[in-house]
Amino acid sequence: MNILLYDHTFEGFLTAVFEAYEFKLKQVKIVKEALQTEQLFAQTRKVFTQAPKAERVYQKLKSLIGDLGLHRMLYTFLSEDEDIETHLWAVVQYALDHPQRKIIQDFSHPSVLKLSQYEQMVHREKHRMEAFVRFRLTLDGIYYAEIEPDFNVLPVIAKHFKDRYQDQKWMIFDHKRTYGIYYDLHKVELVEMKFANHLNKQEGLEMLVKDEKLYQHLWQTYFKKTTIQARKNSRLHIQHVPKRYWKYLTEKFVV
Amino acid sequence: MNFDRITEKLEILADAAKYDVSCSSSGAKRNNQKKGLGNSTGMGICHSYTEDGRCVSLLKILLTNHCIYDCAYCVTRKSNDIKRAAFTVQEVVDLTINFYRRNYIEGLFLSSGIFKDADFTMERLVLVAKKLRLEENFNGYIHLKSIPGASDELMKEAGLYADRLSINLELPTEKGLKLLAPDKNREDMIKPMNYVKNEIILFKEEKKLFRNTPKFAPAGQSTQLIIGATQENDLEIIQTADSFYKNYQLKRVYYSGYVPIADDARLPSLQSKVPMVRENRLYQADWLMRFYGFKADEILDPNLPFLDLDVDPKLSWALRNQQIFPIDIQKADFEMILRVPGIGVKSAWKIIEARRFSQLNENHLKKLGVALNRAKYFITYGIHFGNLKFLNSSNLKQFILGNTKSKYQDQYNAQLALF
Ligand code: SF4
Repeated sequence: MNILLYDHTFEGFLTAVFEAYEFKLKQVKIVKEALQTEQLFAQTRKVFTQAPKAERVYQKLKSLIGDLGLHRMLYTFLSEDEDIETHLWAVVQYALDHPQRKIIQDFSHPSVLKLSQYEQMVHREKHRMEAFVRFRLTLDGIYYAEIEPDFNVLPVIAKHFKDRYQDQKWMIFDHKRTYGIYYDLHKVELVEMKFANHLNKQEGLEMLVKDEKLYQHLWQTYFKKTTIQARKNSRLHIQHVPKRYWKYLTEKFVV
Repeated sequence: MNFDRITEKLEILADAAKYDVSCSSSGAKRNNQKKGLGNSTGMGICHSYTEDGRCVSLLKILLTNHCIYDCAYCVTRKSNDIKRAAFTVQEVVDLTINFYRRNYIEGLFLSSGIFKDADFTMERLVLVAKKLRLEENFNGYIHLKSIPGASDELMKEAGLYADRLSINLELPTEKGLKLLAPDKNREDMIKPMNYVKNEIILFKEEKKLFRNTPKFAPAGQSTQLIIGATQENDLEIIQTADSFYKNYQLKRVYYSGYVPIADDARLPSLQSKVPMVRENRLYQADWLMRFYGFKADEILDPNLPFLDLDVDPKLSWALRNQQIFPIDIQKADFEMILRVPGIGVKSAWKIIEARRFSQLNENHLKKLGVALNRAKYFITYGIHFGNLKFLNSSNLKQFILGNTKSKYQDQYNAQLALF
């Protein structure tokens, strides 16, 4: 068994693929570096991410599995599941072994199917975050939101928000992964920060403009008033808005 | 802004608008090009869900709940003794913009009671949309409720600024309307609908010639039918919907189970339950017409004009047409695969793709997302026969239901007892 350790980046993974073929390794397992566990009879090697190698694998895969396939790989990647490399690697091998087939459509192959399932999961989370981000206007004129998504979706929601909010500065911060995306009226950048407190807590409130509380209150009022009591169905409500998201939803704040 | 007063208005005017079930914000593409606010991709986003489980994607309010009419099923009717309020045009604009900037909503759904007359009211609705587009450079979604009897000129303007227009038919038949909304007539509702339909067709023609033809109601028209306030049967309801899809090219027909709000001899009593299961079945039937290629008169037959409450309309259709089944999953047309209970549009596509690579079996189908507990009675895998031919219609229904528990089980037991 040959274990390739990489740095958790997509490029790193592609580099590992390149090296597996470059050194004609048999029985390959690609593993995130932090998850490394000692394996007795395994050959372990560390992969140093190299853009040119990653690029070549990327182009090759593009010709074999198309944009759709790469999209699926990327989304699978963002799921951060421990097991993704096994399936990604299996799909890469399958694609390279059968250059004539449109393998990405072959849902009878377990790993191809698995990738489409990962894609669905992450896509769902992307969609949820596009819905559940709640901005609050801070004193420095930035619309600020915090989220804690199940999967690492900031990279794939940036475009949505950039298209939508072009005339206001905004930032979305992922508390679980402690980084955010910030739009300064021109471009979106990744920002890394350590926050002592969530802005939800009372201490954060003095950072907000005066009207902010009022608009939050109006939104809560609206939310309450749209419910038809005769049709109340909490089970359905929670199914659509799972409790783990509540702490960042303005309409769910306790007032 | 006087927030206390605005809050009070919002309480009253959101409360009065909540019975309109239209919530969709899909179907309109509006690109944010000039560094403005908002972008519509054509895919709706539900930003939240009410505690009754309905999607919240738009700020749905009335401009006013003053009304000169007295429709029996409506909380806003003039004889109802309630608090009245009216937003100013600017207040609605400010609320929309501030909610949108915070990512609470996809846009605005503005409806209104009729104050003074149709045009006076419609003019104000149009003014809100116009301000949002021209002064605020807003590219979010706007749905305006057209006021029955509004003039063509106003409808034309409305279509230029709004993404969707709708007039609620409210009652599926003319008879029902006469009974419960004596001030309204169907003609006044159909006329603007017809006008909008023609303008949409015209727009599509002109678009072929001139690329810059201004958009006209790009998300089309919709309407709403109240279910269970009058005696219409499901076949009449589906036929009404079907004819509006065909003749007025409606994008959506919404069905709204009547929520008892008034003690009135013409209406079901205040104790009657909202017919949720029936409403759900109607949506399923509607879905079959729009996405599964079913025709209205296939879904129900005139001798049995009500939808089955204990099974969905697709299964019900399959049980009535057993001679067609089982179908061979390996060879059948897409259209036939779509008609198998337990197979949705997505899994039907996946089957078509996957069967080019392998001989499919139960295991594959399960992984492709097929609800096998239903589908298995209606399909074969090219080799052996399904279970279907050993069963007759009534015990098949038992079999299938024995395997699944409907989320509405309790409710339809209660409902069945009523019929
Ligand atoms: S016209 Fe509209 S708002 Fe007025 S009572 Fe009838 S349904 Fe209600």
